[in-house]
Amino acid sequence: MAAPQTLFEKVWRHHEVVAETADTPAVLYIDLHLIHEVTSPQAFTVLRQRGLGLRRPERTFATMDHSTPTRTEQVFGGAPITLEDAARQVSELERNCAAFGVELLGLRDARRGIVHIIGPELGLTQPGKTVVCGDSHTSTHGALGALAFGIGTTEVGHVFATQCLLQRKPRTLAINVNGALQPGVTAKDLILAIIGRIGVGGGTGHVIEYRGETIRALDMDARMTVCNMSIEAGARAGMIAPDETTFRYLAGRPRAPQGEAWAAALERWQQLPGDPGARFDREVDIDAAALEPMMTFGTNPGMVIPIGGTIPERTGDPAFAKSLAYMGFAPGERIQEHPVNVVFVGSCTNGRLSDLRAAASLLRGRKVASGVHMLVVPGSQQVKRDAEAEGLDRIFIDAGAEWRESGCSMCLGMNGDLVPKGHYAVSTSNRNFEGRQGIGARTLLASPLTAAACAVRGRVTDPRELL
Amino acid sequence: MEPIRTLRSRTVVLPVSDIDTDQIIPARFLTTTTREGLGRHLFADWRYAPDGSERPDFVLNQPQAAGCTVLVAGHNFGCGSSREHAAWALDNYGFRCVISSSFADIFHSNAGKNGILLITLSEDQVNALLQRARQHEGYKLSVSLEDNTLSDDHGFSATFQVDPFRRDCLLQGLDGENG
Repeated sequence: MAAPQTLFEKVWRHHEVVAETADTPAVLYIDLHLIHEVTSPQAFTVLRQRGLGLRRPERTFATMDHSTPTRTEQVFGGAPITLEDAARQVSELERNCAAFGVELLGLRDARRGIVHIIGPELGLTQPGKTVVCGDSHTSTHGALGALAFGIGTTEVGHVFATQCLLQRKPRTLAINVNGALQPGVTAKDLILAIIGRIGVGGGTGHVIEYRGETIRALDMDARMTVCNMSIEAGARAGMIAPDETTFRYLAGRPRAPQGEAWAAALERWQQLPGDPGARFDREVDIDAAALEPMMTFGTNPGMVIPIGGTIPERTGDPAFAKSLAYMGFAPGERIQEHPVNVVFVGSCTNGRLSDLRAAASLLRGRKVASGVHMLVVPGSQQVKRDAEAEGLDRIFIDAGAEWRESGCSMCLGMNGDLVPKGHYAVSTSNRNFEGRQGIGARTLLASPLTAAACAVRGRVTDPRELL
Repeated sequence: MEPIRTLRSRTVVLPVSDIDTDQIIPARFLTTTTREGLGRHLFADWRYAPDGSERPDFVLNQPQAAGCTVLVAGHNFGCGSSREHAAWALDNYGFRCVISSSFADIFHSNAGKNGILLITLSEDQVNALLQRARQHEGYKLSVSLEDNTLSDDHGFSATFQVDPFRRDCLLQGLDGENG
């Protein structure tokens, strides 16, 4: 009898064209290749230089999100895109997709959005698939039981030309999460706590599988938030075994299998969860019931504390001291009650409908504090329409927030949506690196609930005070 | 791509852990559609003040950094974004080799595909290199990928392991598929 396998091992084996040896990496087949305007142009250039075409254009799917405008007049109104280079990336992607026969959801397409939001939303992402994209947050798609990871542009070119990648088989890390999340504590707080526990390099060389009753109880949006930030712990990918929640989410989505194909797919997908007794290279246990709302205080996502906690002391660590100096914080200080200048709700981490609902639930009938700039950017045009159908846009606008078209926006500021120098931004995104949201910007990562609470008070606020 | 067999160079030292690819090259320089010329943006926000002037205290702005091909940095180098622009910027600036006690996975792959040799040593060995670089002005390292050895002129020597396939590609100047 074959040895029991984990979810990851099953997906890996199904896609192994050639197994690895001591001297050579495995050749791994890629089912779905997602591309966007920032990390694809140089790969198309290499195809042209070498006279190559796309091996499987029908498994390649393009959208634009990173450098695209979020102002309605620039997306739909014919106003010029502010950043000339961004406009060039948009037109180059249009040209490349037309030349190589790649389906593109362009700037004004009703299905456009952040690549990691629309993959699952359209049903392109499915359990058991291998999914790659020239973007590290490709780990998001693992929430559906796919093996999904970010790649560089040279590898984008390799997948274009061969539909395969050379890969060393990663090790496996089980993160077992049990206990009920307390009111006001969300999937974002859970993943921040996990990164704080294992560190920003704690998952390096590994694929994480999130398991346990807490994970089983999460809806798909929340599972995607967890898997999204696997890369912030250094992991190659994050995965969650597909179950009824996954199947219900996918049923009827435009690119999901339909009819008889759905029944056949379901049968395959039900075989994917790890076998009883399957072994992981490492395991970590997390007690979800003990978690509180979390917030980062430093310049990587592992520098995180419960929102009411104090900034730790780490003597003799120059990187830690440099980080606190950048943030304008000192060891022993509390972050709670610290003034906030900017609040950003959005990104591939927290730009889905349930994230916007959470933020709106705290803003309903309240105002954004004076002096605070709050930006709400839906993760996709579909999320935007769904939110508007529920009246969430009115709640944000009435509270004094800005409501924009979808895109990566202020998560990385490539499109000009920036946090001013020295300002403190509570952000539902994934990275608090120096300068990530703008030169000199100081990012405090938190959940949509916490972000909304901070917007209302104008200070770092525990969302449970406003529930 | 230029093959790597041996290197001998003065050494740039960045004793900071968890250097992410946003620091190596900030996102605002990613609106390019080519891979050329990114060396001028390498470590842009550490290297230049907002007015564009050089920050004199940053190591790359010091005269001894000129012409260096070897960088020694703290653990988890290259974490964060998958942007290959980080490897392109290091390469275009002139770095051929980075030494650390660990590298982030995607950066590791990107560096190899651009002919940059990554050498993983133990934390103690990296600390020894950092200390020696402080002690000896114009500190030089000699790297042989043919022999998998690293040494300085003051008695330090170490062997290192590189994935055999990656090593082969670096020795031949290949990106891992056919070019």
